[in-house]
Amino acid sequence: MSDNCALKTPDHETEGTLQIENPVMPFLRQDRIPHIWCPGCGIGTTVNCFTRALEESGLDLDQVAIVSGIGCTGRTAGYLNLDSFHTTHGRPIPFATGLKLANPRLKVVVYSGDGDLTAIGGNHFMHAARRNMDVMIVCVNNFTYGMTGGQVAPTTPIGATQTTMPYGNFENSFNLPFLADACGAVYVARWTVFHVKQLARAMKEGLLKKGFVFIEAMAPCPTLYSRRNRLGDGVDQVKYFKENSVIRNGAETKEVGLSFQGEIVVGKFIDRERPTWLDSMNAHFSQHFGDKYQTYGGTNG
Amino acid sequence: MKADPKGVLTGNHFIDGDHAACEGALAAGCRFVAGYPITPSTEVVERFAQRIPLIGGMFIQMEDEIASSIAILGAAWGGKKVMTVTSGPGLSLMMEHIGYAAMTETPCVIVDVQRGGPSTGLPTLPAQADMTQVKWGSHGDYEIIALCPNSPQECFDLMIKAFNLAEQYRVPVFFMMDEVVGHMTERVVIPAADTIEIAERRWSKKPPGEYKAYEATSDMVPDMVKAGDGYRIHITGLTHDERGYPSMNPPTQKKLLGRLLGKIRDQREKLIDVREEHLDDAEVVVVSFGITSRVTGPAIEEARKRGVKVGHLRLVIAWPFPDTVIRKLAQRVKAFVVPELNMGQMVLEVERTVAGKARVVSVPHAGGTVHEPQEILERILEAAK
Repeated sequence: MSDNCALKTPDHETEGTLQIENPVMPFLRQDRIPHIWCPGCGIGTTVNCFTRALEESGLDLDQVAIVSGIGCTGRTAGYLNLDSFHTTHGRPIPFATGLKLANPRLKVVVYSGDGDLTAIGGNHFMHAARRNMDVMIVCVNNFTYGMTGGQVAPTTPIGATQTTMPYGNFENSFNLPFLADACGAVYVARWTVFHVKQLARAMKEGLLKKGFVFIEAMAPCPTLYSRRNRLGDGVDQVKYFKENSVIRNGAETKEVGLSFQGEIVVGKFIDRERPTWLDSMNAHFSQHFGDKYQTYGGTNG
Repeated sequence: MKADPKGVLTGNHFIDGDHAACEGALAAGCRFVAGYPITPSTEVVERFAQRIPLIGGMFIQMEDEIASSIAILGAAWGGKKVMTVTSGPGLSLMMEHIGYAAMTETPCVIVDVQRGGPSTGLPTLPAQADMTQVKWGSHGDYEIIALCPNSPQECFDLMIKAFNLAEQYRVPVFFMMDEVVGHMTERVVIPAADTIEIAERRWSKKPPGEYKAYEATSDMVPDMVKAGDGYRIHITGLTHDERGYPSMNPPTQKKLLGRLLGKIRDQREKLIDVREEHLDDAEVVVVSFGITSRVTGPAIEEARKRGVKVGHLRLVIAWPFPDTVIRKLAQRVKAFVVPELNMGQMVLEVERTVAGKARVVSVPHAGGTVHEPQEILERILEAAK
């Protein structure tokens, strides 16, 4: 983690005070800092990785839009210095779909939590992947509903305790990479906030990939998940990520399901090509209408 | 600004209200529709899907009405004029995004081809029973505009007005059709594109850095930009300040709500659109809207033949409700008769506005068909006594 948080070498000193600029700062709306996230929360680390990815992608940041839903991760849109949309609970993907199709030049990133994207927003997730809509999804998975106080999520492993599963969760949880793969995502990866380099690289690849990209970023929620399950604080959870993660690039997604404090398979699981929804539409209409049809969105669709 | 000729099918047509509504949207400059099939509205999106590829625009059938109702809002921030189309059950699913559109001041048109309810109700038969839902269905206080066409021709003409109002006021605008208006076929005249006046989006002229997403202009409506233009906007459904940043405290909430409501309430006189008939000597006034206004016509004719001084006030814009028009009439008429294809919704607004100064007679109908003129006539005669 340390070198991802590295600070730039100071350019100058003023009256003996060291002037240090965090390289992440230009990507943030500094007038909105401090953020709302708890000490030990992993969301900020994912945002740090995302800003690295933005920088390294070489994309024109005026052409990158970020869309979030509701929840702790849903607040990400509000902190990034991009065109940013904080939408309704579960609906960032259809909002992003409309935004992308209205202005295909944009690179549209959906940045939200596991509850937002896969419980209330699960239907939209499936269909955007099926269509291969050209949006990149960053799903910060902290296994719980943090904003509302730690309720059971579709990602909560069996055995973990949550306020609405006070005697321990008995519901089966989603294997998100398997879900994304089955629905047709062209890029599927999972990393934890311990794997900052790999996560940043996956995000960069995702930004440069056309089609439905799914990146699961496992993150601790010390306040409402770790504490309730007596798992220590944020650092303890990152230690768990470190000690129990196995990198298996290209692993079968059906075999990467998670269990309570069990093994975590991380890696890039899927990287394939499929025409996007918009490319398919343009190709189909060009064939059907011939010269009468003008490609929608120019060549940037 | 004049209509883009690419979207205007100039000529005389014999089409139903659903098809005419689609042509109205295309003429108005709508270039993005997201929808989900639902009777009796589906023909609107079917026609749009057929027409749009060669006009240059986008139709996408989403996975449900929730997705449709927010995909259009994303598309509006991508720069398009947008619409979705639905009926009762779909409208119920869209409610959260009505509030989001109102809160984020995202221009959009929502067509509701009304059918009998509640729940699945009467999918293929008419009602006017969503009138109060569109006004108050989403949580919190907000304002919307609702128009009520009563013919295929008006489905075309008023649709252009609906889009223009959405752009001008930056509120969700509802287009309140019903199954009969949607499916009745009549002559529809579509004029030349250069005679159709179109409201452009209120694009800000300020450069990035000076622009604030929710800074009020003189009419309280902020100017807009779109994603990708370098403004780095932040848009949220949370209570926000002029920059668009979340700011959750009572003073910001009060200021924001004051403006969101005020931009319609303070300009409601400009938003009056009523059609008046025989009001000069009227002692009884029938207040109607949409398809019911066409059934009211024969009832009024018959009543006048029988010597009853009855007039007709048709609400073309039902929301905001034309308080001042009704209040003025209430000073001099004996009674108001309010026929509607529901169990008494807009009559509540008439009663509120009349405030006891005249009698208010409701003519409810459970829906499934339209009133018999005789039913309305009887209530006119009773009210005139």
